[in-house]
Amino acid sequence: MRVTLFIPCFIDSLYPHVGVAMVKVLERLGHEVLYPEGQTCCGQPPFNSGYWDEARVVASRQLEFFKDAEVVVSASGSCGAMFKVFFPQLFEGRPEEAAAKSLSSRCFEFSDFLVNRLNVRDVGARFEGKVTFHDGCHGLRELGTKQEPRELLRAVKGLELVEMGENESCCGFGGMFAVKYPEISTAMAEVKCNSILDTGVEYVVSNDSSCLMQIQGWLDRNSPRTVKSLHLAEVLANR
Amino acid sequence: MSTTQNQFHRDTERTTADVPRRAFVRKALRGYEVKRDETKATFTDWQKARNVAANIKYDGVNHLDRYLLEFEEKFTARGGKVFWASNSAQAREYVLQLARDRGVRSIIKSKAMTSEEIHLNDALESEGYQVVESDLGEFIQQLKHEPPYHFVFPCMHLKRDEISALFEKELGSAPTDSPEELTMIARGFMRRQYIDADMGISGGNFLVAETGMVSITENEGNARLTTGLPRIHVALVGIEKVLPKLSDLALFLPMLATAGTGQHMTCYNSMFGGARQPGETDGPEEFHVVLLDNHRTRLLADAEQRDALGCIRCGACLNVCPIFKNIGGHAYGTTYQGPIGSVITPHFRGLQDWKHLSGASSLCGACTDACPVKIDIHHHLLHNRRNAVDQKPVWWEKIVWFGYVQTMTRPWFLRIANKLAPLAQKLHPLVLGGIFDPVRNWTKTRDFPEVAEESFHDWWAKRKEQSK
Amino acid sequence: MKGDRDKILARIREGLSVPAPLHHEMPARVGQTAQEPAFRAWLPAVGASVEEQLALFAKQSDLLRTEFVLCADPKAAAAHVASLAAAHDWKKVGFHPGLLTGALMPYLPEDLEQMCVEEGYDKLALEACDAGITECEFLVAQTGSVCVTARSSGGRALSVLPPHHLVIASRDQLVADLSSAYQGLNAKYGAALPSFISFISGPSRTGDIERILVLGAHGPKKLTVFVVG
Repeated sequence: MRVTLFIPCFIDSLYPHVGVAMVKVLERLGHEVLYPEGQTCCGQPPFNSGYWDEARVVASRQLEFFKDAEVVVSASGSCGAMFKVFFPQLFEGRPEEAAAKSLSSRCFEFSDFLVNRLNVRDVGARFEGKVTFHDGCHGLRELGTKQEPRELLRAVKGLELVEMGENESCCGFGGMFAVKYPEISTAMAEVKCNSILDTGVEYVVSNDSSCLMQIQGWLDRNSPRTVKSLHLAEVLANR
Repeated sequence: MSTTQNQFHRDTERTTADVPRRAFVRKALRGYEVKRDETKATFTDWQKARNVAANIKYDGVNHLDRYLLEFEEKFTARGGKVFWASNSAQAREYVLQLARDRGVRSIIKSKAMTSEEIHLNDALESEGYQVVESDLGEFIQQLKHEPPYHFVFPCMHLKRDEISALFEKELGSAPTDSPEELTMIARGFMRRQYIDADMGISGGNFLVAETGMVSITENEGNARLTTGLPRIHVALVGIEKVLPKLSDLALFLPMLATAGTGQHMTCYNSMFGGARQPGETDGPEEFHVVLLDNHRTRLLADAEQRDALGCIRCGACLNVCPIFKNIGGHAYGTTYQGPIGSVITPHFRGLQDWKHLSGASSLCGACTDACPVKIDIHHHLLHNRRNAVDQKPVWWEKIVWFGYVQTMTRPWFLRIANKLAPLAQKLHPLVLGGIFDPVRNWTKTRDFPEVAEESFHDWWAKRKEQSK
Repeated sequence: MKGDRDKILARIREGLSVPAPLHHEMPARVGQTAQEPAFRAWLPAVGASVEEQLALFAKQSDLLRTEFVLCADPKAAAAHVASLAAAHDWKKVGFHPGLLTGALMPYLPEDLEQMCVEEGYDKLALEACDAGITECEFLVAQTGSVCVTARSSGGRALSVLPPHHLVIASRDQLVADLSSAYQGLNAKYGAALPSFISFISGPSRTGDIERILVLGAHGPKKLTVFVVG
């Protein structure tokens, strides 16, 4: 299959290795990976801030870049939800509506794609370590992805998966919310991270790097060198 | 920034720093969540039940005029009086006038958020009426001169020693660390109040159109005593509370209990159809229902968010909300706290003054998942944000998003920014956390990840080059 | 005082002129005829036989801290009441006249004062009762609830003001669920429903202080249900 990657702007510059890992996993499974180089941002920051006009300008460019893709796989559940759930709303009643709906139907979050579209659970990965999984809220509730990443992790040799008490609680990132309401956002991170620390794991894994930026950011400041955060793709790429 | 928004920032800064109180509240709410999940699991199909409940509410709210008229007709036929109040002032004045006309001296109340909404107690007390809140939590908050912390659990933030000290100061009771003894102190105090009161004021969880009844859900029995013993009963109910049929309660009563407290059924679910009828032993001589609009029709006019009028005030969305858990109920500064409060308050009290509540959310969606009537709560927070901008954009935000659009529509510009970022980050420690730190709202409490020397875009381009 | 009836209705109608989108799927509204009980398909399951329903009612009663007593006849129930009266030193009980209460009251100890509420009553005197003995409309198996009305149960206060509420019901008053109870009320009263209907699920309770369960917040501290026959 020809798989077109959507590498959101912050992953491009802060976590490029997540994209690299996705390429590795998909190529290992025998798929051709494509990457439209003009892609930038899904438009979620202004969309979530209420500036839908600005969001549309940026979002409509992405519609162009992905219009011919057979399937689009997003490195982030949140940006994936933007494509899949919010683009059709953003362009409702506008000329781009059909294109937005079409992209929505072709777009997958990474774990959802592997499990539900490719029907793969064991990607042949090996990873030694005790791991807990953090559900990004957009992946969990907008896309309904809950068991998929866990099924993938359980198939990884050497990996022990432990659930945390607050596994469905928000980490407090929320995009612009994290800097507009830093006290609330940090309080949420504290609850989340303490729940992670309580499990005694070495790694916290998620299918959303934005959550991991928040979690790792809090851990580095408050509990350095205890738990390391990894994107699901990084674990699956490991052999 | 509006004064309400400033206040919110100040309050949340204070409440989020109160780590022990946050842990205390979180533990209590977690308890309700566990119990809710247990009870939910006994449903044959909770998700279908939610759909049907949402459907019935949709029917009710979207034919509100018809059902209100049906309610009025049936209720009046049984001797009840209906008063339609456009706003708080009208509703307050009606109750005051009634109290004056009937020579009322003392008033007992059961829990009614509508009464908090219109500040009824202040109005009654300023005219010299004695008003006592009979719900234990509300009574404690009344003694504390504090609004409810959570619209279902008014004093859930208080510890027993604080309540004991309050009772000692206000009622002269002996100190105790037993919740049971504290409850019995309130019980003892209240008994005489029920018997002496001339007027009982209640809220209402549902208005049944078919039979002209007000349905009230409670655990303590205080609403039954408030509505059963005094000679006048006044129910203060929002116009949106209609259910088409009496038998609809067979679904809503268990769902309300399950979603709210995790009970199968709340202890007392009572339906009141009129004052004492001929041949009945007791009951009030008069029964008045005040139907309160108070800007509910403004929310109704917003078709996109109209489903928010289906809210049955179970509190489920507060119980699961990470914002509520961390900032607490008082920080909202509203009658209705939590996610549903953040959705409806801008409609009730002005979008520009209350839009910050819709902004103060990570949009995690736990509320929407928990809602028994499937209100699209967290998406409505997005809608409020959009509507606030459409109505009145903020000039500096407009500039920020202009810059964003320029960057994100010019990939080459983004590439240059990515190239410069590692250098900028090396200089960052010079300003870190200070007022010149452009990302201090992040770096004050969290580390920022290192920008990669090579972006994914560059890695891809290089790889493509090599494979040629 | 004149309210804003017409203005509010006009605002509602104006608002409703724009139809609302649906945020959820719309299942058919089943079971809205009098013959077909609603909501049964989604709510907690209830067994079909009387034995199963009685067992469920007993289980729910236990969870709710209701004392549930199966008795051969009202006389046996009276013996139970007498033992409660002796154990808690009751002086006075309130009751209302009825078939079942009428069959029970004569068997109570003579030194236990009986106060009948039928012809009205003094509120303070009722408050001074140690217990209120009532009949009910239905017992609801699904939720362990006792359905009382102003008609069936001596008005509004008898079942809530005294600190112990005792209910005497016959086996055939047991119904499966709330839907059946509403159907039963409709069948019995038609349009002339009592002014007060209540589903009582256990003794009065609160968790307002630290979420710790306390029984007898304002209403009865104890609830006893006798099923006779």
